[in-house]
Amino acid sequence: MTLDELQRAAAEERANQRKVACHLHVCTAASCLSAGGGQVKQALEQELAERGMRSFCQVKGVGCMGLCSAGPLVAAQPEGFLYGHVTPEDAPDITRSLVEGRPVRRLAVSTDLPFFRRQLKIVLENAGRVDPERLEDYIAAGGYASLLRALSEMTPQEVIREVTVSGLRGRGGAGYPTGLKWSTVAKSPDADKYVVCNADEGDPGAFMDRAVLESDPHRVLEGMAIAAYATGARHGYIYVRAEYPLAVARLRTAIRQAERAGLLGNRIAGTPFSFHVEVRLGAGAFVCGEETALMASIEGRRGTPRPRPPYPAEAGLWGHSTLINNVETFANVPVILREGGEWFAQIGTQTSKGTKVFALAGRVLNTGLIEVPMGISLREIIFEIGGGVPEGRRFKAVQTGGPSGGCIPEQYLDTPVDYESLAALGSMMGSGGLIVMDESTCMVDLARFFLEFSKGESCGKCVPCRVGTAHLYDLLDRIVRGEANGGTLAVLEELSDLLRHTSLCGLGQSAPNPVLSTLKYFRQEYEAHLEGRCLAGACGKGGRA
Amino acid sequence: MNRARTAPPSEDKRWKIVDAAMRRHGYRRDALIEALHSVQETFGYLDEDSLRFVAGALRLPLSAVYGVATFYHFFTLKPPGRHTCVVCTGTACHIKGAPELLAMLEREYGLKPGETTSDGQLSLLTARCVGSCGLAPVVVFDRELAGKLSVEDLRRWMERCLAHDAR
Repeated sequence: MTLDELQRAAAEERANQRKVACHLHVCTAASCLSAGGGQVKQALEQELAERGMRSFCQVKGVGCMGLCSAGPLVAAQPEGFLYGHVTPEDAPDITRSLVEGRPVRRLAVSTDLPFFRRQLKIVLENAGRVDPERLEDYIAAGGYASLLRALSEMTPQEVIREVTVSGLRGRGGAGYPTGLKWSTVAKSPDADKYVVCNADEGDPGAFMDRAVLESDPHRVLEGMAIAAYATGARHGYIYVRAEYPLAVARLRTAIRQAERAGLLGNRIAGTPFSFHVEVRLGAGAFVCGEETALMASIEGRRGTPRPRPPYPAEAGLWGHSTLINNVETFANVPVILREGGEWFAQIGTQTSKGTKVFALAGRVLNTGLIEVPMGISLREIIFEIGGGVPEGRRFKAVQTGGPSGGCIPEQYLDTPVDYESLAALGSMMGSGGLIVMDESTCMVDLARFFLEFSKGESCGKCVPCRVGTAHLYDLLDRIVRGEANGGTLAVLEELSDLLRHTSLCGLGQSAPNPVLSTLKYFRQEYEAHLEGRCLAGACGKGGRA
Repeated sequence: MNRARTAPPSEDKRWKIVDAAMRRHGYRRDALIEALHSVQETFGYLDEDSLRFVAGALRLPLSAVYGVATFYHFFTLKPPGRHTCVVCTGTACHIKGAPELLAMLEREYGLKPGETTSDGQLSLLTARCVGSCGLAPVVVFDRELAGKLSVEDLRRWMERCLAHDAR
């Protein structure tokens, strides 16, 4: 498919869609599906068929609309009415309202809430709008135009320059400048390079990549293909968690569709550029999110990391120069080429450009998926977008960065969200999980929870991590149970410092972060536990020992 | 590549599915994890026969295959129960009550994570995070996911699912 053909196909699909007066968008991402979204979609289709309204209104399965806590979600377009907690029994009322042109009051979710108004969607611009299982729909939304334009109008150097100008940094958490990474791989004389997409979203509490893959898989493929063109790679892998079956299925469908349309595969758009993508499944090892472990896993081996350098750009998959970026990083690329690097660089802060997708969960009213400009404060995210803490409880802390991150207390809520500010607080941007905790959460128990995780996920290759995480866990367990003595906290700090500086990879180096950040901001809870009290009143009840 | 590969461990037709998965990857060694996924999807778990078969087909030492099979948490070397109940223990689920759900399951069914009831009816597993944090706490019962569960919700749901079987 050439650029002209693509644009014709897009115009044709848009014309087809305009023939239908209205569309009912039903969220078919995992969260809404598990709340019954599939049955709702079926009921709506049946209702429309029975009333003979199918030429008037079409039901479309779309990706994540964000407000997962109100799922299953249905949006009536073009009016933009949004309905939450929809059940199959609501189908007659919804179809009737289409004719009357008035929303169904009892189901309506106001789209004027800060949850919607305060967001800025770049990565998620298509989520909730296009059908993730139809290539035509992505093309109609302007998809693949950036790739074909790059192939026909730009040199690889120009593509890299655009990405560099945009200031885009890796969205997997570490924040390495994307343009720099790309140019390192591009400069490698290796004839057999690889592009790898890291979709091994292992942080508990993070589901951004899952939502992007389930909502708009073609965007990630397009970003990867652009990266391949820019760096001179011909093969790509997407390493996805096996725990995300829907994302895997949609990716596989998307790859098949793109290959059939000549947008992936040999000689794309009649140019000499060829790019093949394969999906590789993870198998439940958190450490495989680390890039060298991930590559070992793609090669079919145990996913243990190795020391860097050499970095993947030098010696990656099978020893070849390899570019590894996260799902969200790739998903930003088509927009950057479409709107220009300078446009992208205007969004965000001095050091962190663009937007960030966050998974908002825990003790917060509106849980779900959000995309906000960098630099927004944590307070705005939690109290405006998130709607604050429910049940009249008090906010205690927000956890960012999963097991590698830390807990941020109330007094730092006005911190802008960017890579440096979060790191300065002893936490990290991480991949984007934001978990809100109220007064009912015991921070010592939480630190123990994360160390239980890190201990279980340590690959065992290096001693500091293998032994250190187990020992940290034991110390925390003793504190939680009230069996520790006054010297324990000092040991905890010393051991944390050791792990941080001597572990082989990021897992061990960052595993102490949840301990250190809670020790720093919630030391009184540790001290109370030493005296046999839990300030949150959580420990010693229910399943918590 | 004409040398005879290891024959399937039995006449079971399902081995063809596994073989097809390996063939699709050209019996490449780097597709070992894909091959193991296909075995587990087909048979529910990885036993020694299947590990030997995959090792033979991909020309890998059995030790390497065993090493990979035991490294990744997703693979299980024990047959699962008729039903599986997976409790998500991700951060959001943890602070919203997953430990209480696990405690109830242990009380009611005598199961700790990773165990199966003696009649082989029910296996209890935990997941690090199933990525449905907006619905925390979450349990996946036989691939069906339910969220925002109280201990009572889960007890009733489990009873219903298991009773459906008894009839």
